[in-house]
Amino acid sequence: MTLLLFAALALVALVGAVGVLVSRNPVHSALFLLLNFAMIAVMYFLLSAQFLGMVQVLVYAGAIVVLFLFVVMLIGGNIGPLRSESRPLARVAAITLGALFLLAIVLGVAGNLPVAEEAVGAPDAGSVQAIGEVLFTTYVLPFELVGILLMAAMLGGIVLARRYIPYRPHDANNEEER
Amino acid sequence: MVPTTYFLILAAVIFGIGAVGVLVRRNALIIFMCVEMMLNSVNLTLVALANHWGNLDGQIFVFMVMAVAAAEVAVGLAIIMAIAQHKDTTNVDEINLLKW
Repeated sequence: MTLLLFAALALVALVGAVGVLVSRNPVHSALFLLLNFAMIAVMYFLLSAQFLGMVQVLVYAGAIVVLFLFVVMLIGGNIGPLRSESRPLARVAAITLGALFLLAIVLGVAGNLPVAEEAVGAPDAGSVQAIGEVLFTTYVLPFELVGILLMAAMLGGIVLARRYIPYRPHDANNEEER
Repeated sequence: MVPTTYFLILAAVIFGIGAVGVLVRRNALIIFMCVEMMLNSVNLTLVALANHWGNLDGQIFVFMVMAVAAAEVAVGLAIIMAIAQHKDTTNVDEINLLKW
């Protein structure tokens, strides 16, 4: 039963992943990305990581995809060709490299995972309480640093996305324009 | 119970699709989405292995990765927007100012 659920989720997640790749319209790409993120969130619940499942929905599906959609709307939907015209061989090379890469990962991953000795996968292993206890004791310093990182990123985003206003202190006209 | 290997293989396939997307697509926004997808597939790997070994450290790491991904998206999208306003394109073939 769980296996069937996993198969269905995996199929939809892969459809989402391929959809991001092949959509011509960036808005469709963003929505396929949302599908992929949502399926991975459900998989976190399957893996008894409830907290991360909720965070996935909030941060990825909520914040990041909405941010992508904002930017797509701001820049405009029509953004360039689907593939490189200046380098026609680039696409073939990219797909070949990607396929080899994929093969290497799958062969490396499949089959040789040692079996865990203890019984694992307790249903409440990833609850908010369990995560919170570890996060605020063992990992409290990285947690605080993440706060600083997010603030720096927020300031950087504001500075970068601001409309470019040339700084001309000696230009009298500049004052009147404002 | 679903075997952990299945999750790992699914994550590897999503990672591969994301990598192909980064290589094939020429729109900076789509490339960025594919990078996010690759980050997400690695997160899935970490959660699957954390569940496999009954250890919470993997989940903490995923939490950190999510925070870094959020920061990266904020700054990266701001850069893409600045480029789009400056050059009127997000095609990475045309953004070659630093290329010799």
